[in-house]
Amino acid sequence: MSEADERARWREAYAKSPAAHSRATTQSGVELEAVYGPADAEYPGLFPYTRGIHPAMYRSRLWTMRMFAGFGTAPETNQRFRDIIAAGGTGISTAYDMPTLLGLDSDDPRALGEVGRCGVAIDTLDDVSDLYDGIDLGAITTSMTINAPAAAIFAMFVANAEDHGVARARLGGTLQNDILKEYQAQHEYSFPPRPSLRLVRDTMVFATHEMPRWHPVSISGYHIREAGSTAAQEVAFTLANGFAYVELARAAGLEVDDFAPKLSFFFNAHIDFFEEVSKYRCARRLYAHWMRERYHALDERSWQLRFHAQTAGVSLTAQQPDNNHARTAIEALAAVLGGAQSLHTNSFDEAWTLPSAGAARAALRTQQVIAYETNVTQVADPLGGSWFVEHLTDRLAEEVTRLLEEISDFGEGSMLEGCLRAIDSGWFEGHIADSAYAHERAVQRGERLIVGVNAFTEDEASPPPPIWTNTTGEALQRQRLDRVRHDRDASAVDAALAHLVEEARDPEVNLMEPLMAASRARATLGEITVALTEVFGRYQPAPR
Amino acid sequence: MTMRVLVAKVGLDGHDRGVNVIARLLRDAGMEVIYTGLFQSPESVAHTAVDEDVDLVGLSILSGAHLTLAPLVVQALRAVHCDVPVVVGGIIPDVDVAALSRAGVSATFGPGSSLEDIVATFERLRAEHLASSR
Repeated sequence: MSEADERARWREAYAKSPAAHSRATTQSGVELEAVYGPADAEYPGLFPYTRGIHPAMYRSRLWTMRMFAGFGTAPETNQRFRDIIAAGGTGISTAYDMPTLLGLDSDDPRALGEVGRCGVAIDTLDDVSDLYDGIDLGAITTSMTINAPAAAIFAMFVANAEDHGVARARLGGTLQNDILKEYQAQHEYSFPPRPSLRLVRDTMVFATHEMPRWHPVSISGYHIREAGSTAAQEVAFTLANGFAYVELARAAGLEVDDFAPKLSFFFNAHIDFFEEVSKYRCARRLYAHWMRERYHALDERSWQLRFHAQTAGVSLTAQQPDNNHARTAIEALAAVLGGAQSLHTNSFDEAWTLPSAGAARAALRTQQVIAYETNVTQVADPLGGSWFVEHLTDRLAEEVTRLLEEISDFGEGSMLEGCLRAIDSGWFEGHIADSAYAHERAVQRGERLIVGVNAFTEDEASPPPPIWTNTTGEALQRQRLDRVRHDRDASAVDAALAHLVEEARDPEVNLMEPLMAASRARATLGEITVALTEVFGRYQPAPR
Repeated sequence: MTMRVLVAKVGLDGHDRGVNVIARLLRDAGMEVIYTGLFQSPESVAHTAVDEDVDLVGLSILSGAHLTLAPLVVQALRAVHCDVPVVVGGIIPDVDVAALSRAGVSATFGPGSSLEDIVATFERLRAEHLASSR
């Protein structure tokens, strides 16, 4: 098929899309086509998907407005979820507190001061039950931002849904479960990389066989970027991790086309507008090529890079916080023009505090303004064909490819081994720290301007937004946990944990069912983590 | 004499962008900087401060747990008879600044603090500390 047929091929795909008979005009009545370009251009919905994964993009389906929330105890976060749904949010996403992210119980001495502070505290199945109380898990999709203890939290989620009559096959959503980037950037790890990857494997195999609507890994560049990487590093390290999971699942006996359609990505939406738009385009193009050519995927859904985006937390300033509304709006627009499937917009007060309910609502409204007022949703990849954006897309793709080849070389052709070795050597962290340092030095020297920080500053410090801290959650959560410990059958807990340890010793065993059994016996997240540590050990980064 | 600074992360907060960057900027400014990594306990910070004979301890806290953690570090230092100044970097509301000051924290640095300010404050705190311990 010649290149000149691309537009004809797109027409064919478009005719089969839900938007086939849609019509759109500008405010002054100019009729709009669903995409623009010459006959030999790339087109959305066609390999390599530079311009988007669907032929009509948002004309067929808007992105999911998935707002991330979590604080205090499970009933408090449940109330926020209900508020978000009532305000028109179309997905929910759970933020966990730091003890939960590290697999510690709320009554662990190390958890002091952190319980329910940066997210919701989850200790047992009862907390999970309260978290989703009254929310139809068979209808709405849920996302869980958890990594080191992801398998245990996922087991609690599935067990809870089943206990409430929702079959696992009906559950739709996403488990972040991207442990590699924890060692590279986010640093909320428990076990060493290899046993952690065994848990990732178990969740991938379980979801592939039993949960057709579930995305078991969300390969996340967001945290890599927040930690200071450049846009090219964000894409390169994230794609490398993604390919590592592909190799992991294949080694477990799965066929690439059986699981790859359920892989999804999570990228940052930063402030350098055109670079961000180009970044998403470049990521889609490279992923499609690598999945088809290196991993021999045949199903076109395996070639399509689907992603969630979140506006850049690091771009928010504590100074003149009202300016953050503008930053978030611009970043969100970049994600939409870059073809995101799902989006979280940060609240203006987040440089200071967890978002207040009002600030979170305004952030959601920002997405709704983009979706329903600006008309940017009517034409797919509206910046495609811009000489500037096409150049940036190509230029980023070159840099990302160079980095990917380097990581692959570390592993002598294995991306999985390459990632593990580059984690061991501190290669990722070194690159990220260098970029963060270069950025800060440029800010300190005034070479990079940030409004309200090193430009247009005000003598009178602008008042911070109302600081919103959850002061009662920690004590309340400890009481909740005490009650569970008191009411449960201790011998059943011991038996379930002993079984889990025994199964963990055999690396071939899938641990999802033993984890579900332990959570049903009301073993706590901390107890499960301790049990697994017995077999897996703890991760200690090499001193540098 | 070259100033020796211990920068530390205590508690469960894994955000280390700030501490890595500040460690390098302080080195650029001619200081000797010791950084012992994530997830330190207040006691381990105190022991490192003594072993390394530092002039000042800087805590980097982004999780919002500064009111819990910073006082514990000050107490741990004083328990091993180390009276060097303690400073905290992070997002710290004004009301908390006063509480931290009462708990023995000598200075706080919010986002956007200039390196010059940080260096000048460190030098001043060291001078005051030397004067008071003479």
